[in-house]
Order: sequence, then C-alpha cells, then structure tokens
Amino acid sequence: MASLIGSKVERKEDKKFLTGKGRYTADINLAHQTYAYFVRSTHARAKITNVDISKAKKAPGVIKIFTGDDIAREKIGGLIAGWKIVSQDGKDMKVPNHPPLAKDSVNYVGDHIAVVIAESLEEARNAAELVNVSYKILKAIVDTGNAMQSDTIHEGIDNNLCFDFILGDKKKTEESFSTADKIIKLDLRNNRLIPNAMEPRACIGDYNSSSDELTLYTTSQNPHLSRLVLSAFGGIHPEHKFRVVAPDVGGGFGSKIYAYAEDAVTAWASKKIERPVKWVAERSESFLSDCHGRDHITHVELAIKNDGKITGLKVDTIANIGAYASLFATVTPTYLYAPLILGLYDIPSAFINVKAVFTNTAPVDAYRGAGRPEATYLIERIVHKAANEIGMDQAEFRRKNFVDKFPHQQCLVHNIDSGDYKAHLDKALEISDYKNFKNRKSESAKNGKLRGIGFSTYIEACGIAPSAVVMSIGCGVGLWESAEVRFNATGNVSVFSGAHSHGQGHDTTFAQIVGDRLGVAIENIEVIHGDTDKGPFGMGTYGSRSLAVGGSAIAKACDKIIEKGKKVAAHMLEGKPEDIDFKDGDFILRSSNKKKTISEIAFACYLPGQFGDAKSPLPPGVEPGLKETSFYDPVNFSFPAGSHICEVEVDQNTGETKVVKYTAVDDFGTIINPMIVEGQVHGGIVQGIGQALYENSHYDDSGQLTTASYMDYTMPRADNFPQIKIDYTTTPATSNPLGSKGCGEAGAIAAPPAVMNAVIDAIGTDVSMPATAEKVWSAIKKNGYKKAAA
Amino acid sequence: MKNFNFKTATSTKEATKLFSGRAAFLAGGMTLLPAIKLRLAAYSDLINIKKIKTLSGIKASSKSLKIGSASTHVTVASSKEVIKSIPSLSFLADGIGDPQVRNRGTIGGSIANNDPAADYPSACLALNAIIHTSKRKIPADKFFKGMFETDLKKGELIEAIEFEIPEKSSYAKFPNPASRYAIVGVYIAKLKKEVRVAITGASSSVYRSKELEAALTNNFSASAINNINISSADLNSDIHASEDYRAHLIKVMAQKAVSNC
Ligand SMILES: Cc1cc2nc3c(=O)[nH]c(=O)nc-3n(C[C@H](O)[C@H](O)[C@H](O)COP(=O)(O)OP(=O)(O)OC[C@H]3O[C@@H](n4cnc5c(N)ncnc54)[C@H](O)[C@@H]3O)c2cc1C
Repeated sequence: MASLIGSKVERKEDKKFLTGKGRYTADINLAHQTYAYFVRSTHARAKITNVDISKAKKAPGVIKIFTGDDIAREKIGGLIAGWKIVSQDGKDMKVPNHPPLAKDSVNYVGDHIAVVIAESLEEARNAAELVNVSYKILKAIVDTGNAMQSDTIHEGIDNNLCFDFILGDKKKTEESFSTADKIIKLDLRNNRLIPNAMEPRACIGDYNSSSDELTLYTTSQNPHLSRLVLSAFGGIHPEHKFRVVAPDVGGGFGSKIYAYAEDAVTAWASKKIERPVKWVAERSESFLSDCHGRDHITHVELAIKNDGKITGLKVDTIANIGAYASLFATVTPTYLYAPLILGLYDIPSAFINVKAVFTNTAPVDAYRGAGRPEATYLIERIVHKAANEIGMDQAEFRRKNFVDKFPHQQCLVHNIDSGDYKAHLDKALEISDYKNFKNRKSESAKNGKLRGIGFSTYIEACGIAPSAVVMSIGCGVGLWESAEVRFNATGNVSVFSGAHSHGQGHDTTFAQIVGDRLGVAIENIEVIHGDTDKGPFGMGTYGSRSLAVGGSAIAKACDKIIEKGKKVAAHMLEGKPEDIDFKDGDFILRSSNKKKTISEIAFACYLPGQFGDAKSPLPPGVEPGLKETSFYDPVNFSFPAGSHICEVEVDQNTGETKVVKYTAVDDFGTIINPMIVEGQVHGGIVQGIGQALYENSHYDDSGQLTTASYMDYTMPRADNFPQIKIDYTTTPATSNPLGSKGCGEAGAIAAPPAVMNAVIDAIGTDVSMPATAEKVWSAIKKNGYKKAAA
Repeated sequence: MKNFNFKTATSTKEATKLFSGRAAFLAGGMTLLPAIKLRLAAYSDLINIKKIKTLSGIKASSKSLKIGSASTHVTVASSKEVIKSIPSLSFLADGIGDPQVRNRGTIGGSIANNDPAADYPSACLALNAIIHTSKRKIPADKFFKGMFETDLKKGELIEAIEFEIPEKSSYAKFPNPASRYAIVGVYIAKLKKEVRVAITGASSSVYRSKELEAALTNNFSASAINNINISSADLNSDIHASEDYRAHLIKVMAQKAVSNC
C-alpha cells in the first residue's frame, strides 16, 4: 500500500463546499427561533446617560429588549483576557471589565449597548432604530503612538497602559551596542488589519427548559474553549449542561477564536425567553466588531560588526490592543511576538520592551500569524537595511548570520530543534533566478518601471503551546490537544479531534494520518470536530497547531489502537503480542505468518460472542471495544522557516506597485498533503501581500472607522497577484511524532517584509505599509526620481 | 431592508404611470439595493424597468451610437457596434467594478445615479451625448448637475443615451484599489468640431477640463500636456487620495489617454 503521507489526496470536504451544501451557522434554523439585532455605539468614547427602550418595546414583533443593566443585574461576567502578563515593575497587567452589553460607557464604534429580540430580523432592526441612547460624548483616543499621553479611557488604568513587558538581557545587549561597528535604526508601523473571513460571525442560543440544557451554535475556531470561557467566566450556564457547536465555519484567521459578546448574549437571552435566539453579523458589523489584527509602532536597532555579523538587537514596541483586552490580546504582542524577533539569525544578545495600550478602537487580537508577522517584519526590514548600509549582498548577509547548528538555544526563549536555512535560501535563489535580476531590472526600466527585489528569510514558532515551555516563561496556559480514534464494529473509523477545521482541510489530512497508521482506506475514515457533545475537550485551531499538536494526538491514539490490537490478535492467532507485526492494516504473527486484519480485530473487540467458539477472542483482562483517546502536550514548539523572494515593479508616474514575481521555499517539516499545504501557502502569501500593499484599517480622529466596507477597505483580488512559485525543503521536527512543523500562517508572516523590501529596493527610500500608490508616489517625489532610478 | 411594493413595467408609459409617492425605478439594482439594505434609502415602490423592451438595444449610424438605458455594462463592453464605432466606450464598460456588477448594472442606472467616481458620466460629457428621456432630450453638458445630482425630474425615465462618434477617443482610469471606481478617470475625445476632455473621480462631480481641451485642441498629443499645471483646488481629498495626488493623476491619465487614442 502506497503511503498516504505526502500524497495529494483530494479534499474530502470540497464536494459539499463546492456544491453549496456546507452547513454554516446561518444555515441553521430552529423551531420557534427569534432574531437578535444589536444596538451599537455610534461613538468611539462616551458615557451612556440613558438607554430609552420604551418606544422600541412597543414596536411590532418585539419579544424582549435587554440592556447592560439587565446583564449587570443577572451578574453575567465580562469577556476575559486569557493570559496574564506581568509588567517590568512586577505588577500584573491592568484590564478593564468588558461586559457583553455596555452599561455606563462605550469605548469603540460598534460597542454593544442593547439587544432587540423579535419575531423577524426586519422587526428587530426596525425596533433597534427606536432605541434611544443618550450619550455624553468624550474625546476619542485613537492613535497608537499617543495613547499613553492621552486621557484615561478606563478608570484606574493610568496612561491607558495595559502592561509594560520586557524580555531579554538588557545589560548584555547594551554591551553589544557599545562595541558595535555600526548601529542600524528603523522606525516601523505594522498596519492595523481587519480579518475579513468570508463567512461573517453568527450564533444561535438554544435553551431547552425541560432538560435545562443550553446549546450555542457559533462560528468558532474552538468550541470547547468558548464553552469554558462562557461557562467559567461568563456564568452563562454550567459546563456539563452546555453544548457548543461550531459547524462548518467559513474562515477565521484568528478572528473566530474568541468568545464574543454576541455569543454570551444570545446564549443567555435564550435562557431568559426560552426560545432560540439567532444573530448573524452583517458585513458592516464584521468590520466594526470582529477583532482586528496587528497595529504596532516599533523602533528597532541592530548592532553589527564590519564583517556583517549581527551582535545585538533592541526593540521598543507600542501595541494597540483596542478598547478592551480580548481573549488572546495580551499573549499575542508578548509571548507570540517578543521571542521571535531574532528571526533565524544567530544573535547573541537582544532586549525588547512592549507596551500595550488601550484605545477607542475595536479590540485587537491574534490574526493569521499573531505576533510572528510583526516580529518577522521588524527583523527582516532591519536586516535588509543593514546589508544595504554595509554594502553586502542580501543573500550573503543573511547566510552569514543564519543559525546553522541544531538544536540551537536562542538568547531569548526558544530552543530550535531543527532546520537548514541555507538549503531553502539556495533553492529560493535558484528558483527565482536571482543571478539574472539585474537584467530584469533593466528590462523593466525600458518600460519606465522601477524594479526591486526583496528577501524574507523567516522563522516562526508553531504548534502552540507546549505547557512545559510556556510555563517556564511565565505564560499561564499550555495548549495541548486531544483526539479519540474510535473503530466501529464494521471496521470503519470515527476520528474525533479537538482541533477545528474552518478551511484547513482536516477532514482529509487527519484521515490521511489515520489511514496511513492503521491501514484503513480514506473513505472509511470520518473526522468529526466542532461539537463539545461529541469529542473530548480540545483547544481548537489557531497558531498553525492543528497538525503538529492535534495530528500528533491522533497519531498517538492510533498507536494505542495498534497496541491493543496486537494483544487481541496475539490471543486470536495463539501467539504473544510482542511477536505480532502490524503492517498496512494487518496484524501478522511472525512465526506462522498468519494474520488478522484490523477490521477483523475491531469486529472481535465489539462482538466477541460472534466467534462462535467457547473461547472469547479477547484475552483475559482486555476490555471489549476498540477506541483510544490521547491528550497530547508537545515537548516544544515547532519552527517552520523559509526563504521568500519577491520582485515588484513600481510605476513611477503613479506610484502603483505590482508584485511581478514571488518565490517561496518553505521548510514545514513532514508534509502530509502537499496540495493542501500549497493552498495554505498561497492564502498566506496573498494575505501578506494584502497587508504590504493594500489593506489598512483606518479610524479618523473621532474614532469612526473610515474603512468599514469593501468600498474603502482594500481586500486584494486575484488580479493583484502574480503566479506564486512554491517549493519545499524538509527537516522533520523532532518535537512531535509526525515531524510536522505547521504551514497555515507562514505566508502571512513571510510576505510583508519580502514585498516591502522589494518596494524599498525599487524606489530607494523608506515607505510604510500599506505601500499604496500615493504613498509610493510621494516617497519618490520627496526622494527624487533620479535616485530612485539609480 | 424595509418593505416596499415591487412592480414591473413593460412599457415606458406604464413605468412613468406606476411612478408615484416615494418610488424609484429599479434597473440593475447595483446601487439602489445596497442603499436600501444599508437603510440609507427607503422607498414605498420599486418599479422594475428591465422588462421594457424599448430600453434595450444598441444602434449605430455614421454619426452617432444610441444605447438603450437598460443595457448592462457587459452588453456594452461586448457589443460589436460599440467596439466598431467607439472602442473606448467598450473599454470603459469592461473596466467597471467586477463581473457581477457588469452583469447587472446598467448605463441608465449609472448616469441617473451620477456617482462622482462613476465612469460613464465622463463618456457622456466627452462624447457630447444626448440623454433621451421619457420627457425630452437633454445634452450631457446640462445633465450632470453635481454630486449624485442630475437634471432628471421626479419620475422621468432615461430611455437611451446617444453618443457622438468621435474621430478618436480614449479613456484612462486610475481605479480605487478597493471599490475599483475611478480615483481619477479621464475621457478624451477628438470630435468633428472640438476636442473634449471629461474628468471623473477627481471632484464632486464629473466635469470638462477647459485647460486640457485648449491644449489638445492646439496640439493633440501627450506632449501638449507636459507643461500644464493642474490645480488641486476643488479636487477631492479622502483616505484614498489627496487633492495633490489627484491633480497629478489627472495629468498622468490624460497623457495616457491621448497616447492611446
Ligand atoms: C461593487 C461595485 C463596484 C462598482 N464599480 C463601479 C465602477 O468601477 N465604475 C462605475 O462607473 N460604477 C461602478 N459601480 C456602479 C455600477 O455601475 C452600477 O451598476 C450603476 O451605478 C447603477 O446601475 P444600476 O443599473 O445597477 O442601477 P440601479 O441601482 O437599479 O439604480 C440606480 C439609480 O438610478 C435610477 N435609475 C436606474 N435606471 C434608470 C433610468 N433608466 N432612468 C432613470 N433613473 C434610473 C434608480 O432609480 C436609482 O436611483 C459599482 C457598483 C458596485 C456595487
């Protein structure tokens, strides 16, 4: 049997998705269902002086209107930040209460004030227009850089400072800088993005008063975590009577990790009115109230020697986390960011300070890459600048500083198990035809275009999060994963995973792992996820963790199945378990070459009586049934890395930039399904190009989101991209049984600096993301056309 | 979306008769329906005009090209008559929005709406068009009054747009990367009697640039524009483009359009 690992198995789930038969939360309609519409703040910062619902209450079809007072009266808990960060002065971070419906104040445009529940959506909306909110409007704090110098948004949180975090050895870093031959400096802005999953968020609360069971259908990347948060902190319903179902979910990119106000409110409201309560976001609500991503301001300095060796790195970042601290908001700009600033270079000293600030903008949280794109952006941008300033070739400068012995203990946190950075750089140089770049540049010049080339040799940390490692750095919660592999009596297999697929293709990849390990045909394997009533507690999908952690749990559960199968087979074949070999689905007794198929073993395990003999096929002490569970906590992060090379052409008349060539060579460790990986890489890269050239979430001074629709927020489209050339090198991860490292975020992490370095190479001057046509045109104008063309 | 009455007319006469109260004609719905869904507009009656046969069809003579108001963008873009007589008009229609919008949106809806960043209004001005309505014929120069404002009276229906066939013409657009509407669009036409230059996207409404027209009347070439300084006064400034950038783009797009003529 050919190995399923590394094979381009067609996605099992595509048929339903491509024929419109996916079943998303919005597709679910329950008997006696009601419709919720949220009254949202139209101001970025205001005191609520009154919420008058008297008119709205009487509007046709209205069943009930709840406000922040109701939530407070019922003691429904606020939404939480999952990780506590300790500031450099030893004090805990400061976070405000975040009630699902605001009571006294609103803190961003889109903040939730009241919910109108009616017989139809139209009636709910009509009535919502009649809710009269009186505000005392306050000056909005919008700007990341000035937030600390502005009025206090949340009482008791001085300077709007959530935490002031440090990592690294300050003294040693200062020494490196004092002995450096050259110090390179750069100021960067990592632009704020809106995730824009294709499917807007949605949820349905469904309370059953006869059984006292509450079900929440929701667009979640991690239904168990949502249940935990809503139960333990929200006090919505006890966990054992609370079921959270995340059916087909149309993309998340991080924005669907968090339990949102709408989840809490629809679930709770359903208990109050004893009817299902459904809410589906309008696209404008997605823009306003989905957690945004990135939004950093960073100053970075690099100490280097004349020969190009990097000796130190200093970073100061202000991270905007928006109006409240969302679930992963505090861990994203700290533990997912700070340890990664070293990139894949051997840098002996580093120090970083991150100040997280509150502003009157939508909460900012993990978004594809979460912290790692921000880290990669700063190191790759300053490495580009450093190589230029000492007049060294970009590839050469990188090669000189690459880590090349593994395992490698970095000076900050991570111990990198494996990699071969020169291998992917060399391959990328070859595929991108680097040596002939000069010819292409002069060709472009003939057409009046400025051509530039940019590198991004990146590393990231995936497979979040090994408890042992995260606890050692003071980060509270480890994120293991669960799996249950359950044979049915007829020999097919149900696989339950705590990971959640919302575009990643788990139904296929996970089936490949099981099929490969157990010798069962793919079509006889069903992967089940997204329902707290079905599988064991799981942590969900984000941080490119599903395969390295969730897949490993599945592999471990499979191994347990084989172990038990050997016992049963030995008994049936009259040998010893240690004399049984398992291969391609057969248990073979070495001495006699007699065998039992795994399907026969499953049947025997479930229906031992059916064998007719007096003797049961199960050996004494072995329980019937064939089902194993594994909770897998990895021993380390995994460290995907790669080399991306981008070429752009800039039209100097208009400033318009086009990506004309893009090469990505990545090391993801073992690849299970290259076709799915290719899709993930493509998606990531185009998101990264989107950040570099097009996307930007913009608030005006009064805190109004001016990019709140596709008319103003530039989602890139197919015609913005060239053909992307993809290849791989492989060094298997040593930290998990599959050897996989993770691929879901790589493109979004690597691409922004590759593109920006190319733009800067083309125009010969700095420009910030997104490098829109006007910004590039202005930069060229300021810098002079000649210099740019040189 | 608030409830409304949906009525379908099969003739121009019926359409204007059905028009009463807070009514609106519904063509492709690409502008009207989003406005209703976002509750920026509400109507008691929508009158579907897509079933009126006389509003479709494209006819070319030696002097003019007449396009029925309900013709979709894709119809205009792919019409043999249009490609033969005014290829730049086909090019313009092909560059509107995206395939979905081009499949439903109509030329009549576009000019009735007179979005300051829409493409067609520039064609109407540059090609000295006559707007045929249920009541009268309106020269393009009098039709576009200001931002989202036209000379149309309540219940007046556009039936066709008649363009003068130019000796040469070209349209150059710098699209807004998000919406793909024009940040600046410049339509240049060398007509029998005059050179016309219409600019869309740059200001509160489409307009003719007298200084570009004068320069090109003298010398119909890109170099004629080299030394013209486009003032940024009265130009739009928003998150997508400052007035200075728009002024610069007018020049660049004008040069491109002339070169492509
Ligand atoms: C995503 C998107 C991108 C777009 N990009 C562009 C672009 O790049 N360039 C561009 O120019 N446009 C663009 N548009 C607008 C598009 O061209 C619309 O189709 C057009 O503006 C309206 O045409 P319609 O047929 O859909 O009109 P409708 O939406 O049906 O009507 C628009 C208005 O015109 C009135 N009306 C319609 N027909 C008549 C008539 N015959 N007589 C009198 N009044 C009438 C209606 O009552 C209404 O007030 C875009 C639209 C969208 C949604």
